[in-house]
Amino acid sequence: MRERIVLDVSTLPRHGMESASPTWWGTLAFMLIEGSGFALGIAIYLYLMSLAPAWPTDAAPPDLGPGTVVTLILLASLVPNHFLARWSRSGDLRKVRWGIGVMSLFGVAPLVARAFEFPALNVSWDSNAYGSIVWVLLGLHTTHLLTDLIDTLVLAAIMVSRHADSRRRFGDVQDNALYWNFVVATWIPLYLCIYWIPRL
Amino acid sequence: MKPDGDVPFTDHAEVPRTAVEMRLADLWRTPPGLWGALTTVDHKIIGRRYIVTAFVFLLLGGALALLMRLQLAWPESRVLDADLYNQVFTVHGANMMFLFAVPVMEAMAVYLVPLMVGTRNIAFPRLNAFSYWIYLAGGILLWLSLLLDMAPDVGWFAYVPLSGPQYGAGKRADIWAQMITFTELSALAVAVELVATIFKQRAPGMSLNRMPLFVWSMLVTAFLVILAMPAIMAASTTLILDRLIGTHFYNPAEGGDVLLWQHLFWFFGHPEVYIIFIPAVGMVSTIVQTFARRPVFGYLAMVLALIATGILSFGLWVHHMFVTGLPRLGESFFTASSMAIALPAGVQIFCWIATLWDGRPVFRTPLLFALAFIVTFVIGGLTGVMVASVPFDTQVHDTYFVVAHFHYVLIGGAVFPLIGGIYYWFPKLTGRMMSERLGRWVAGLLFVGFNLTFFPMHILGLEGMPRRVYTYQPDVPWAGLNLFVSASSLILTAGFLLFFYDALRSARLGVPAGDNPWDAPTLEWATASPPPAYNFARIPVVDGPSPLWEQRGELTVAAGLQLDRRQLLVTTVGDARPEARESSPTGSIWPLLAAIATTVMLIASIFTPWAVVWGSIPIAVALIGWFWPKGTPEDEA
Repeated sequence: MRERIVLDVSTLPRHGMESASPTWWGTLAFMLIEGSGFALGIAIYLYLMSLAPAWPTDAAPPDLGPGTVVTLILLASLVPNHFLARWSRSGDLRKVRWGIGVMSLFGVAPLVARAFEFPALNVSWDSNAYGSIVWVLLGLHTTHLLTDLIDTLVLAAIMVSRHADSRRRFGDVQDNALYWNFVVATWIPLYLCIYWIPRL
Repeated sequence: MKPDGDVPFTDHAEVPRTAVEMRLADLWRTPPGLWGALTTVDHKIIGRRYIVTAFVFLLLGGALALLMRLQLAWPESRVLDADLYNQVFTVHGANMMFLFAVPVMEAMAVYLVPLMVGTRNIAFPRLNAFSYWIYLAGGILLWLSLLLDMAPDVGWFAYVPLSGPQYGAGKRADIWAQMITFTELSALAVAVELVATIFKQRAPGMSLNRMPLFVWSMLVTAFLVILAMPAIMAASTTLILDRLIGTHFYNPAEGGDVLLWQHLFWFFGHPEVYIIFIPAVGMVSTIVQTFARRPVFGYLAMVLALIATGILSFGLWVHHMFVTGLPRLGESFFTASSMAIALPAGVQIFCWIATLWDGRPVFRTPLLFALAFIVTFVIGGLTGVMVASVPFDTQVHDTYFVVAHFHYVLIGGAVFPLIGGIYYWFPKLTGRMMSERLGRWVAGLLFVGFNLTFFPMHILGLEGMPRRVYTYQPDVPWAGLNLFVSASSLILTAGFLLFFYDALRSARLGVPAGDNPWDAPTLEWATASPPPAYNFARIPVVDGPSPLWEQRGELTVAAGLQLDRRQLLVTTVGDARPEARESSPTGSIWPLLAAIATTVMLIASIFTPWAVVWGSIPIAVALIGWFWPKGTPEDEA
């Protein structure tokens, strides 16, 4: 078929940022998948609760300490995460390197506190259905903390390598920051569910 | 890679088209040989692979169906014993749903959507390669288990407590659950690719209201997959946890609940039907439009009907649970919603009829399948409205009436359009036409064979014949119809075998097709058949919903993409205004390695929970290898 050129795209940037990038949309789609997973987890929790004669079943409510510490760390991490996203948007490599180092530490810290959260649940996964669902909820979120930490560490390594200074890498850092916000945001309903519903 | 001296970096109006094509062919080609096959990220090669694999599973699942029909043809038959029969019907159902129907629809989209929206590859092509390998591994797992006499025997929905630790001894139910993990992982990956491709890689000018209806149907389907599949993954994971490490999700003695399983399963399972059906209606709309020789009547109504079907499909799941003793009010709500979904289906059927009525229909094989679909699906839809009523459902639940109903909607509603779609797009995939003469025979044999096989099952069900029984006594009045059904299934089989023969023969000997043998209006027909590795030398620019009908003989295109790297055009979500040029990844072995590592972890975790811990290390290594920049122009933007 004959062709007629009616459009010249040679002036467009070689990598779009945020909503101009397919990766950004892919990240959003994965959030939707995982968000559905978390929502279903909470639905299972509420469903089992609605059937149980006593809730929590044969256990004291989870101790508030470690879970609240995790919550505070995660909320505090939003501040450096916000700056990291801003610096990568403006392409400031030196600041991005600092920021991603700080965010790596903020990835490790909640995992350390999380290690104390499991015993603080006061119930084992194989004690009863209540124990099963709180372990699964906490485990599911821990998986997210862990995978995002590995992702952040690998990105940190890339950002100090020779591959660092490109729009694509800065876009990756922004997407990772976006994903961390999601990991924090999903924790809030889980925290309320695991720690406060048994106290209602 | 440095640009050659005489080929400039960037395509522009002065560059001869042949030079552009040579340059792109070199950039986008998949190297020949095994290494090329294992590392390719070309959506057409992967899509073709997906389609062929899914049809192999259709053939295998069909063989199991014939075994069941042989067993049921006479009372007290001894072809299969009860245990083997349980495995056979479970693998038949699981195979047809998880290894054939859903993957084949996504496979068609993997091949067609990038071509229909006018881009050069699917978004996240390496994820696409990964999804295929994972799908293949899941399929092999299920079929190997059948060969080893350890296949799942708990039905395709694996209800607890039958599949739980107390009754489901051995590893059979675990294999079912892990097969779910494999197939859902691959389905979710493809869904994400489709959303990103459809939102961001449409040709300039292809605003949402100009998108082909098949692309719309795949967009809705992708969202259904994204929202529904987490439920089945939650279900299968908690089942494995119950069986492996002693959680109590489904153990009533410790506060668990067996109906929780049914809620989770059907919250996925009902949208699943529409995950299979919605792509099929997209194919029907495409075929009807081309052969009625006019754009689809009521485009906006069609799009809204697709979206409405998608939303309503999440509000129906309880109609699978009417006999579990749920509250009356809940049952009434789900009766109403189940009947409501007939409305968008009806809107679409009337739009197709109006399109044909107002058009000048050309009755080629693909259109015959679309017509066979409309008739069969209306019958299946009517019995669907019947079983939406609680008293009727209570009577026929777990009988052959339900078997008849869902085969009408699945084969009539999805397989007929799919086979029509294969006849329609086969020239694009292979460059050759399938036989029109054989195609008419295939359509006739499948339509007649299907109705003779499945219609009597309604009557068997009303006569009380239950599902999933491996035999029946001579004194119940079911023998005659069962023999009739079994004999009719041979006609259906003949239709399928003739179809496979035609496809294999035409792939080598069919009449060369040319770019656009049907004079169809959508962009996949604007390029060669089969398309070159880069799909389009220059990205089409469209200004209407039927570009090849609106711009007869001349295609408006865009220049300005670079010629030193794989690059495609990113456009805005709503209006498809050009926004950026984006690199598209080159071939890589890492998706295959990541899939192998994932497979090892998933299969080992059937046997020990520690596999999740040590199995994650190779997966992490493979993923890091996958994402680490390699210094190619594509990596560096």
